Amino acid sequence: MNDRISFSEPLVVVENLVKHFPITQGIILQRVVGQVKAVDGVSFSIMKGDTLGLVGESGCGKTTVGRTLLSLYPLTSGRVTIDNREIHKARGRELLAIRRKAQIIFQDPYASLNPRWTVNSIVSEPLRVHGLRQNARERSQRVVELLELVGLNARHINRFPHEFSGGQRQRIGVARALASEPLFIVCDEPISALDVSIQAQVVNLLEDLQDRLELTYLFIAHDLSMVRHICDRVAVMYLGVIVELADRNDLYENPLHPYTQALLSAVPIPDPQKSRTRQRVILTGDVPSPINPPSGCRFHPRCPIARAHCSELVPEWREITPNHWVACHEV
Amino acid sequence: MPPILEVTNLKTHFNTPEGIVYAVNGISYHLKEGETLAVVGESGCGKSVSMMSILGLIPIPPGKIVSGSAVYWGKDLLHMSEKELGQVRGKEIAMIFQDPMTSLNPVLTVKRQITESLQVHIGMKPNQAADRAVQLLEMVGIPDPKRRLSDYPHQFSGGMRQRVMIAMALACNPSVLIADEPTTALDVTIQAQIIELVIQMRQQLGMAMIWITHDLGVVAGLADRVMVMYAGFIVEKAVVDDLYVDPRHPYTLALLSALPRADRRRDRRLKSIPGAPPNLLAEPKSCPFAPRCEYSFEHCRVENPILNSVVDGHEIACWVDVRTGAAR
Repeated sequence: MNDRISFSEPLVVVENLVKHFPITQGIILQRVVGQVKAVDGVSFSIMKGDTLGLVGESGCGKTTVGRTLLSLYPLTSGRVTIDNREIHKARGRELLAIRRKAQIIFQDPYASLNPRWTVNSIVSEPLRVHGLRQNARERSQRVVELLELVGLNARHINRFPHEFSGGQRQRIGVARALASEPLFIVCDEPISALDVSIQAQVVNLLEDLQDRLELTYLFIAHDLSMVRHICDRVAVMYLGVIVELADRNDLYENPLHPYTQALLSAVPIPDPQKSRTRQRVILTGDVPSPINPPSGCRFHPRCPIARAHCSELVPEWREITPNHWVACHEV
Repeated sequence: MPPILEVTNLKTHFNTPEGIVYAVNGISYHLKEGETLAVVGESGCGKSVSMMSILGLIPIPPGKIVSGSAVYWGKDLLHMSEKELGQVRGKEIAMIFQDPMTSLNPVLTVKRQITESLQVHIGMKPNQAADRAVQLLEMVGIPDPKRRLSDYPHQFSGGMRQRVMIAMALACNPSVLIADEPTTALDVTIQAQIIELVIQMRQQLGMAMIWITHDLGVVAGLADRVMVMYAGFIVEKAVVDDLYVDPRHPYTLALLSALPRADRRRDRRLKSIPGAPPNLLAEPKSCPFAPRCEYSFEHCRVENPILNSVVDGHEIACWVDVRTGAAR
């Protein structure tokens, strides 16, 4: 599995992505009283055929990155190019063309499928929207192909979402994402609502599809064990910024940022001996509010190695060893 | 040491419009003083229902305790009056739940919720109870406990709410703490904080613990013994090291191989378990795992294996020896 072909060309390039959500007060005369700085300057690129993992705790902005880069949210500033086209500048037909190539799989397979639609309508909607098949019969044929591709079959085509289990629903979500023949898929926590035995099924499916269809993934997750398994490179987010980015084994074996170190040391390991003896970095306190993030390095109030300048200067994004990037003064 | 809790042949069913749901199908286990027992299984395997049954927390109807006994210090919890059970529940056997936001009352202050059990169970005076509540909040690591006491649950973060829940559960010095997925809704760094806290409390108070979870990773560093449940049955029971090093039930084996590891380089695809857990509406007559099991043979589809010992302290419910693949 590790010998996946890596093309050297980036498919997705994100430069200094910023997404702030306004906080308003008042009912009729609304005025903006603050900003939730959900994403505050994030840059990365994803090579064709690769999987980039985006990890972090709830509220760190990882889902917002995924949604903003597909232009599901308008961005505040920055630039996103997918397959050499700038998605936030595109309108009308051009936007539709980019969207055809960039799809998303959502976290909750219960909320992301319309309960009143049959599987056929759900999976054929992208075919209709993008005009990929001439008529309903051809669309249904294609839906059957797609269902078979994700491990379901023609029998399921006229059923409704409630007739399926969580894992099967997620397969329907995958089939819908594949319908428009995308190059790039944002997988937004696609397995976190599923049981362990079903998670492995869906992860293996995503990997098979990647190999067969040469897909590129942005895999957003909080399960660090699964991210190490499925991703080629991993970016760690904290409070709206990326603090570390490296190849998976490099990141897991040699984490440089104190937040990454704490995060990795907190991951449960199914090995009693190891669990009892391993060194843990237990962080104190909670993640601060993104409305008013700490000055300087955002991690400094919880950081075990913070020094005076950490609260004043924003750490530079530096390449410490080849392909291993980190934002910390003390590394 | 004699067990402080001994559950025998517990069966809990639910009457629903679709038919009887066979949620818990005759499970037996014991808990020793000061020990931590983990109950592991996927959604719907009956792990929560089996614990709620012994504390009388199952709504009857639609629920029904069909058979069994749960003997706590010589008294059967399943045949106690509601009043007697009320003396045990929350005082001697306390429980913490998965979602601290839904299990705390949003319209009452934390003070009111912690002091309630102190006043009801121990008969403390309000001021006394308030002092004890401050102590408890301090013990579970809530900064500035005196001031936080009059706050409402929504004013706390997820991790802090779980600490409040733990403070409530520990209020009367219980001898058994049942924790139902207490860290599932939390982020990993907060999960680590809570686990650390629970381990510390366990040492300090010497209580026994039952930890319900779906996460084999969390349990590894926490439990003394583990039991694995599937479709309302206990399929494997072992000392924690044995379970991870030498799993003997095909389901446990499959669960462990479906788990990616953060501490190792990837060496293979994940092994997935085909299919989905069985529908609990049918009365189980054969091994419930047989349709998904790679070791199953004809007999597995005819007779349900009972839990029995493979080596000392290690029990499985299976017809097959997974080391050889042959019948046991």
